[in-house]
Amino acid sequence: MDVRLSPEQVTLRDAARQMVDRLCPQTVAELDDTERAGKLEAAVVASGWLELRTATDDGSPWATGVEVAVVAEELGRGLADTAFLGPTLAADLRRLAGAPPGSTAETIALGADLSEPAVALGGTLGPGAVALDAYEATSALVLLREGDEYAIGTIAVDGGTTSVDLTRPVASCSPGATVSPIEGLHHPLGPDDLARWRGLGLAVTCADLVGVMRGAVTIACDYARSRRQYGAAIGSFQAVQHLLADAYVATEGSASIALHAAWAVDALDGRDALVAASAAKAYCARAARSVCETAIQVHGGIGNTWECLAHVFLRRALLSSEVLGGVGANLARVLAAHGIGGGDGLR
Amino acid sequence: MDFGDSPEELAFRLRLREWLGNNNPGLPPSSTSDEYWAGQAAWHQTLYAAGFFGLSWPKEAGGHGLPSVYEVILDEEIIAAGAPPRPSVGYLVQGLLRHGNEDVQRRFLPGLVSGRDRWCQGFSEPDAGSDLASLRTQAVREGSEYVVTGHKVWTSYSDAADWCLVLARTDPEVPKHRGISAFIVPMGQGAIEQRPIRMINGITREFGEVIFDGARVDASNMVGEPGEGWRLAMTVVSHEREPGELGYVARYGKLVKELVRAVKERPDEHGPESRRDLAWALVEAEMLRCHVSRRLSDRLDGVSHGPEGSVDKLLMTWVEQAVGHAALSIGGAAPTEGDDTWLKVYLYSRAQSVMGGTSQIQRNLIASRILELPIS
Ligand SMILES: Cc1cc2nc3c(=O)[nH]c(=O)nc-3n(C[C@H](O)[C@H](O)[C@H](O)COP(=O)(O)OP(=O)(O)OC[C@H]3O[C@@H](n4cnc5c(N)ncnc54)[C@H](O)[C@@H]3O)c2cc1C
Repeated sequence: MDVRLSPEQVTLRDAARQMVDRLCPQTVAELDDTERAGKLEAAVVASGWLELRTATDDGSPWATGVEVAVVAEELGRGLADTAFLGPTLAADLRRLAGAPPGSTAETIALGADLSEPAVALGGTLGPGAVALDAYEATSALVLLREGDEYAIGTIAVDGGTTSVDLTRPVASCSPGATVSPIEGLHHPLGPDDLARWRGLGLAVTCADLVGVMRGAVTIACDYARSRRQYGAAIGSFQAVQHLLADAYVATEGSASIALHAAWAVDALDGRDALVAASAAKAYCARAARSVCETAIQVHGGIGNTWECLAHVFLRRALLSSEVLGGVGANLARVLAAHGIGGGDGLR
Repeated sequence: MDFGDSPEELAFRLRLREWLGNNNPGLPPSSTSDEYWAGQAAWHQTLYAAGFFGLSWPKEAGGHGLPSVYEVILDEEIIAAGAPPRPSVGYLVQGLLRHGNEDVQRRFLPGLVSGRDRWCQGFSEPDAGSDLASLRTQAVREGSEYVVTGHKVWTSYSDAADWCLVLARTDPEVPKHRGISAFIVPMGQGAIEQRPIRMINGITREFGEVIFDGARVDASNMVGEPGEGWRLAMTVVSHEREPGELGYVARYGKLVKELVRAVKERPDEHGPESRRDLAWALVEAEMLRCHVSRRLSDRLDGVSHGPEGSVDKLLMTWVEQAVGHAALSIGGAAPTEGDDTWLKVYLYSRAQSVMGGTSQIQRNLIASRILELPIS
């Protein structure tokens, strides 16, 4: 065992870090700077990071869950307003089904509450499905149910966008939309494939949450050092220090369990990868909400204004938390893995 | 980046697994039964004799000189076997290794590491808890000896100890942090009185008070130089704050496994609330396992211990107290058939945010040393 990042992974992280620091929004106003966002998108596409999960000749992905998580964490830290999660999950779904690669603008569709992939029955999609990362995406993957197995197909992403997250739009998919099956699949997706795919989705969202937490702790500590009250920096008050210390500790615990989930994606069998990712997701989702709330609290009145980045972190955390299931759904999966049912609806 | 075993690690794991299968003494959890402490000394010696203790410590110290991550393998296999956790003496070993001279290391490390000698740690006093540097116990030089007078409290395992690592003031004239020295004091002498203290869960063998009334210790039992006591104390407590050093991953892993069993045995009695608490305990314990893997991997290239120990201590506390809450909701307040084990586990968990430096003190340290927030 040696869970330190390899030199190549460190290089990847540093590259992502530099790109994020150069091109990500530094203020809420910069979210509207389409020129900057366009450059960020172009840089991410050019770096090949949207193709990390496309298949090599033997069907394995170009990069493991760890590399994907390394990039996702940096994008989360920088509030990157560009597609990554959707295209990554779409590429992995195609890979698992043995389908030819799609375009890097292809994303995935989830059910209305985001906790499950969108499933089409009899060739049409039911109501409420949404597509993640719907910036430029024109098509999204959905599952096509065939008994206990699944094929995949595409739908057009045409609905209006809306999202709790100011950095990543989610588009509604028209109910009754026809699904175009993808031809030439090598095999249908079985339970192990889907478990692994969910594990990847959870691991990527955990990494995003860890990044979001790091970003939120950073802006909160910066503010605590500069804002003065009673003639002293507010960061000198023990009550504020302890809030920030707890936020930092929760971030470190999240980073450790998220790293394990990222490793598990390709190192364990699908079922165990999903269990590892479920534990990580429950932990990270709970931690992220609390850490982002702390960032708002430490900013006082300003923290409750639209112009403060603190809510942008919180909002991004709320979306990442719900994708493929938040706290309750994942606690239930953890219990089920230990042979205990009845965990549905846990919060 | 790999959480998995190398071929050597796997071979070690399998050998350990087989051994544990035949040698598990099956003790009750440490936190609930005085019986544990009696059995634990024997377990320490058994583990050591079989070559499974002190895996990552240097060979000179009686360890095996293996990479630090072998401690994780040990903890994982202990959990899987349901065996008692490895004894928590690593922080004392690290203190002696770092500050003791060759003579002290040669005389004391073998007995400490093998479990032949029992040790306790006499730092805290009635008026010196969080503010440890204000301690008042005195050691006065008389010929080749020091004479120790003072009152220590919360001294874990003082009833069974052969040796006590005592912090005492040797120079009252200098600023308080600089006048403290550390001694290895033999407990078996008339001038030392040991009184057990009962914890909130009823156990009496966790800690006690120790009164030193002119106790004698040879000057050669001083650890480090005169005045080096504070630095030794910081080494010891920073290691005491690391779950990797303490074997606590196995402690929590074993408890959650038993809680899972309790729920599965009587599923009808445990509703959504208990199940939710259990799920959190499982998740927290898993987090700690991953976190310790990360910390011990970082140490493979000799990264020093800074203030991260405070982060680890808070994470460990959150885990212990989540396990405590699961124990409470699964069997705590309404014990079945006179068995109050889970209540005791819960009540014991409250001590984790106090011992080894309180959670508030850890947060102070993180705020100033890691987050670099201004001093108030
Ligand atoms: C089970 C157990 C085992 C122990 N084993 C040992 C042992 O083997 N050897 C040993 O020497 N000691 C041992 N201790 C003692 C332990 O280290 C002390 O209890 C601890 O350091 C706190 O000191 P105190 O009890 O005097 O509390 P105090 O320092 O009086 O603290 C009381 C409260 O005030 C808070 N507080 C104090 N100062 C500050 C501050 N600056 N900022 C914010 N809050 C503050 C604390 O967080 C706490 O909540 C043990 C304790 C327990 C519970």
